[in-house]
Amino acid sequence: MKCLKCGGVAVIGMPQHRLKLCAEHYTEWVVERVRRTIERFSLLQPGDRVLVAVSGGKDSLSLWDILVRLGYDTEGLYINLGVHHGDYSDVSQEHAEAFATEHARAPLHVVDLRQEYGKTVPELSRTGRGRRMCSACGLVKRHIMNRVARQGGYACIATGHNLDDEAAVLMQNTLRWQLGYLERQAPALPATHPGFARKVKPLCLLYERETAAYALVRGIEFVDQECPYSVGAKTIAYKLLLNQLERDSPGTKLAFYQSFLRAKEAGAFPPTQGAVDLTACRVCGQPTTAGDLCAFCRLWEAQQQHG
Amino acid sequence: MAVKTATIKFHDKEWEVHSGMTVRAAIEKVGLDPYAVLALRDKRLINDQTIIEPEDEIRLVNVISGG
Repeated sequence: MKCLKCGGVAVIGMPQHRLKLCAEHYTEWVVERVRRTIERFSLLQPGDRVLVAVSGGKDSLSLWDILVRLGYDTEGLYINLGVHHGDYSDVSQEHAEAFATEHARAPLHVVDLRQEYGKTVPELSRTGRGRRMCSACGLVKRHIMNRVARQGGYACIATGHNLDDEAAVLMQNTLRWQLGYLERQAPALPATHPGFARKVKPLCLLYERETAAYALVRGIEFVDQECPYSVGAKTIAYKLLLNQLERDSPGTKLAFYQSFLRAKEAGAFPPTQGAVDLTACRVCGQPTTAGDLCAFCRLWEAQQQHG
Repeated sequence: MAVKTATIKFHDKEWEVHSGMTVRAAIEKVGLDPYAVLALRDKRLINDQTIIEPEDEIRLVNVISGG
């Protein structure tokens, strides 16, 4: 298989784009595709200070690498959730730290859940009225990302969500016709309140396979194992299903997501609710719809009472 | 004449496959989804149409994450 640009040995074939590229032209192509995505959806402005949420995995580290190559002023955030099965969180943190030092040459902020709050995510979900693992994990990450972004005065938080992530969520929400979620799914999530940070997904048009290939070609060391608690996750089941469709008809995932975005732009998903009343949480000060205590602080309060 | 083989590794699993087949065919032969993995030889990414040579060591990397 030869590179369509230079005739050298291709490292990847992408039937969905009718492209085969060598290592050098592949990384150039990925960076350009992300640059165009940022431009198309107005995700970032030149000079923006960007907080990159990194997990130690292929997507977020590739994202950080690409944003550095595009010239953005970036810093990383790693949240150690305390998943000690197979040393998952610690190994992931080591990858994030190594990348910050050797590739990004930029600061990495580390928030260790147990050190700062006294409990890990597995402990939180095991005791008292703790939520289920993935739910608690998502809540904790959203809260801490927002806190660090607001305190640091960043223009936005960039996350490594790729096309497969977005297509899987879209499929899940479409099958259940979750209009509220469909309305909110987008490459950029605006800051709807001064207390919320803006979030952007610059990899949303890159296949998961493409971000993994980019990391491998760039020599980025990433955590290869999956979170031990994600085994059997619905997202993975939807991804496998979409891959079956992709195999029969290359480009299906991209067409699914892009058609959704076009329909959304055309007004197919009007707001399902009016302005939401937000109040400041009495403990952390972050905006919340849940009365005087946000969901994150309620989670910890419940732990203190029952755990 | 002995059949020449190569090795496929994925996490803690290992398989012997015949050389001369494509990486993609080998991935399917060991029961994995070619869309879910990428292949490395000598730590370098190789495309899935690459012909496997005798005594090659091919390491597969998972590309599907979620949860």
